[in-house]
Amino acid sequence: MNGVFTRIFAIFWKDMLTEIRTREFVFSVLIFAILELVIFSFAFSIRANMVDMAASGILWVALTFGGVIGFNRIFAVEKENARLEGLMLCPVDRFVIYWGKLAGSFTFMLAVSVVVTPIFLILFNLPIFLPRLALIIVVATIGFAAVGTLFSAVAINIRARDIMLSVLFLPIIVPVIVAAVKATAPVLAGKPWVDILTWLQIMIAFDIIYLVVATLVFEFVVEE
Amino acid sequence: MPMNENIKASSCAIEVQGLTKSFGERFALRSIDLRVSSGEHVVIFGPNGAGKTTLVKILATLVKPSSGSVRIDDIDIHDKPAQIRHRISLVSHQTFLYDDLTVYENLKFYGKMYDVPDLEQKIRELIAWVQLESRLHNRVGTLSHGLQQRASIARSVLHDPPILLLDEPEAGLDPHSGAVIKDLLGGINSVSRTVVMTTHNLERGLELGDRVIILDGGKVVYQAAKRDIGTKDFRQVFDRYTGIGK
Repeated sequence: MNGVFTRIFAIFWKDMLTEIRTREFVFSVLIFAILELVIFSFAFSIRANMVDMAASGILWVALTFGGVIGFNRIFAVEKENARLEGLMLCPVDRFVIYWGKLAGSFTFMLAVSVVVTPIFLILFNLPIFLPRLALIIVVATIGFAAVGTLFSAVAINIRARDIMLSVLFLPIIVPVIVAAVKATAPVLAGKPWVDILTWLQIMIAFDIIYLVVATLVFEFVVEE
Repeated sequence: MPMNENIKASSCAIEVQGLTKSFGERFALRSIDLRVSSGEHVVIFGPNGAGKTTLVKILATLVKPSSGSVRIDDIDIHDKPAQIRHRISLVSHQTFLYDDLTVYENLKFYGKMYDVPDLEQKIRELIAWVQLESRLHNRVGTLSHGLQQRASIARSVLHDPPILLLDEPEAGLDPHSGAVIKDLLGGINSVSRTVVMTTHNLERGLELGDRVIILDGGKVVYQAAKRDIGTKDFRQVFDRYTGIGK
């Protein structure tokens, strides 16, 4: 078991080093997400009363569509120079590769959220310190990363990879997006925990389903 | 190249029976039978599309056969592929290395994936062997293809695999890197390996192999021990069997 964690960490650390040097994931997602927020902030500044209703949706649209761009890179880097074959030759179960890549996707998406969320809160004149929002972001990001990593592997051999990832990823992730939007709205409005809890539970349930299913099917996705 | 006769005479390292692989309607391999003894070096020739790479990828557990059986060190590739991956390594013209990591980081990554004991020492030994000491901390993307291939050869033997699969490894290599491959087949520290190699280079293949096989249209159309053939004769045989000379 110790060997499994060592190898998952080895893949994760390899991806971290690559990302630190290339900044391909975080940089592209960040620019896209911030740009979306800025555009939305101008659009809604005219009718300030709409912000309360739309703000949580705006945040999750920015993170979701930004994430799609980033997830394209997760396995694309393994396609170059046949590196995926190098990984597949390693004497590990395929789920180890999935979890290693998943750890990277989760960390990159979380890093993007750490930058994007305060910008969002400032642009929409909302309170900056919202620990419950941080919890929602962490739980939703697990689901995003679980599905995004799997479909990144699916899309690797598809010619129109960029488009196909969106087509595959977005319909599957809808329950998490809806739950995240619904949970974020009461947090931004300062409502109690009870208004958030059901949506949080739904997100956690979907996270577990996605993680279990993705772990089981990953082998069939990457095998020839 | 001299071969370790006592190892050659020993057990069967690779046993392929009735191996067939099809991609949809197209057959890449048709009922291949192949036995490779431990320590033996088998070189597979064939024109493009003959099925050489598919055969190597099946032996490497990267591609699943459509039918037939493949046993490596008496382990069926369907049953325990992870165990087989401990015993094999693949070197191809693609290096499997990460351009944005240094040579050292790449070797360390693969060393951890293979759970190599005493990894630092092993990396030092291999880097000295492929003469990349001065480039150890250079990013792989900054190296020439020849140097990258040397780093890839070091990667391939990190876990001391007894069986080496080489798929046109010499493509685009400088003479020194070619010599490293020859050395690789000869064995490091006198450890002789079982080798299955594909190549288009008849001279190099005859030099490195104990037995040669010609694959065409997914079938073994010719095989002979190297001692039974000369380079000139083999070129004629190759042209005849593959129809290239016609």
